[in-house]
Amino acid sequence: MVEKLRQNLSRRSDLVIIADIIPKDVRILDLGCGEGTLLRLLKHEKNVRGLGVEISQSKILESVEGGINVIHCDLNEGLSLFADNSFDFVVLSQTLQALKNPDLVMSEMVRVGKKGIISFINIGYFMARFQLLLRGKMPETKTIPHPWYNTPNIHLATIRDFRELCSERKLKIDMEIPTGSTFDIFAGIWPNLFAQNCVFVISKE
Amino acid sequence: MKDSEGIVIPKNYLFGETPEDALPLDCGKKLYPVNIRYETYGHLDENGKNAILILHALSGDAHVAGHHKEDDKKPGWWNEMVGPGKPFDTKKYFIVCSNIIGGCSGSTGPRSVNPATGKRYNMTFPVITIADMVRAQRRLMEHLGIKKWLTIAGGSMGGMQALEWAFSYPECVQSVIAIATTSRLSPQSIAFDWVGREAIMSDPNWQNGNYEDTLPEKGLSTARMLAHITYLSDEAMYRKFGRKLQESETYSFDFTRDFAVESYLEYQGHQFVERFDANSYLYITRAMDYFDVSAKTGGNLTKAFSGIESQFLVVSFTSDWLFPTYQSKDIITALLNNGKDATYCDISSSYGHDAFLLEVDTLGRLISDFTHNQYMEALNG
Repeated sequence: MVEKLRQNLSRRSDLVIIADIIPKDVRILDLGCGEGTLLRLLKHEKNVRGLGVEISQSKILESVEGGINVIHCDLNEGLSLFADNSFDFVVLSQTLQALKNPDLVMSEMVRVGKKGIISFINIGYFMARFQLLLRGKMPETKTIPHPWYNTPNIHLATIRDFRELCSERKLKIDMEIPTGSTFDIFAGIWPNLFAQNCVFVISKE
Repeated sequence: MKDSEGIVIPKNYLFGETPEDALPLDCGKKLYPVNIRYETYGHLDENGKNAILILHALSGDAHVAGHHKEDDKKPGWWNEMVGPGKPFDTKKYFIVCSNIIGGCSGSTGPRSVNPATGKRYNMTFPVITIADMVRAQRRLMEHLGIKKWLTIAGGSMGGMQALEWAFSYPECVQSVIAIATTSRLSPQSIAFDWVGREAIMSDPNWQNGNYEDTLPEKGLSTARMLAHITYLSDEAMYRKFGRKLQESETYSFDFTRDFAVESYLEYQGHQFVERFDANSYLYITRAMDYFDVSAKTGGNLTKAFSGIESQFLVVSFTSDWLFPTYQSKDIITALLNNGKDATYCDISSSYGHDAFLLEVDTLGRLISDFTHNQYMEALNG
């Protein structure tokens, strides 16, 4: 069971990292939980008590089928349904860039949970930079395949942008784990240039 | 026959034949004797872990699925949901549905005969509450030898009873499925109930509730027509009727019915009078008016939910303006604030409040999976 759930997760390197970071027996809130893949794995592998938040009705049905508790909610309306400090971790994976007010959701995450875990696509990735620099066009990559006029990703940021926002909003960065599919070593050294994705763990300062 | 539950035989459970065994009511009075009309489907497991209670809405009854007779025109009111292989799978679960007290479909209500006087109770019937209905169902549970409900499910007023169960008897309820319902009736709903009752009570045939041969048909059908509008939505009405005229091509230029929607309401009103009782309508709507789980905690829902042990599936419908989405979200917030997990889905639908009877596919999937997971938990726990 756990192997199969791990396998389902393997396509998303950020989720694998998040699953590794989260300790046993904690309570987590997964914002934009999709079909509940991460929560299902954590439930079986680490006895985590998980709750998902999802906006898509069909994904909610999938989550419920998988035995995951999920709340139908639009993250753009905030996390007012959730009480202060009611979770150990609040996860937001590859959703930050699609939010209307990513900064507000980040503040909400550390209000509702002790720690926030955020993964996002780094637009500072060199392939994306080259497209803008050499071709003079908005980047389209494997991780951001949408044309500029029709994309859910309305708030793309670089790793450096993210760090700056955290410092501005008095959010402490506890952990920063850059990932890149083919340039992992470089991604570790120059994350803003070579990491396609990055996982951050943040908390209140 | 698509309905696969087949022929179902209604049963009766009579209790309270002595004052000591009476049903105590919230108003301070006692009700006895009490008959409960109920139906069961499927079989209770040896371990007793597969029992499900389904609760009906205002105008429902114990007949949730199947047919009473071969030639019945209509099956039970939630036939799509209850039966072999259906979301409430009768091959797997033991399903119970009972008529509420105060109702008019077999359980003791205002039209029952009061043994103390030999006459119908009518308006001497005590005013009952949702908690009173649940207290009576608790007696039925005992009678059936059920220790714990795997789940208790209901829509609208059925959802209120399901919630009340989790408050009154937390140890008896593993999980609750609350559909298109609320933890306290809104002033808007109280207002509609008031106008409905006014229509009944101002019908000269009502005669302070002591009607016999001539029924207050006009009043009851008006109440039903008004209520029926609140079960639909603007979009659903546009789609179903538009501005279509019923019979003629042109306006009649008088006040007989012209429009298809008028004709539909008239039909619904007539139908209702044939199967429902005016006094029951008064008592049941009053019970809903009084429903407020936060009454004892000064309106604080979070505090009210602090003793809840059951797991929850809460479902609302986007176009339901009688029990709007926010009322379901209030339930969810109260649960989450108490550290309880829950599942909530706001099903996209244009049917209005009636969606809980009509959105069979989406609701069915949620119910089926949630209940199955609860059952697995009960077996492994």
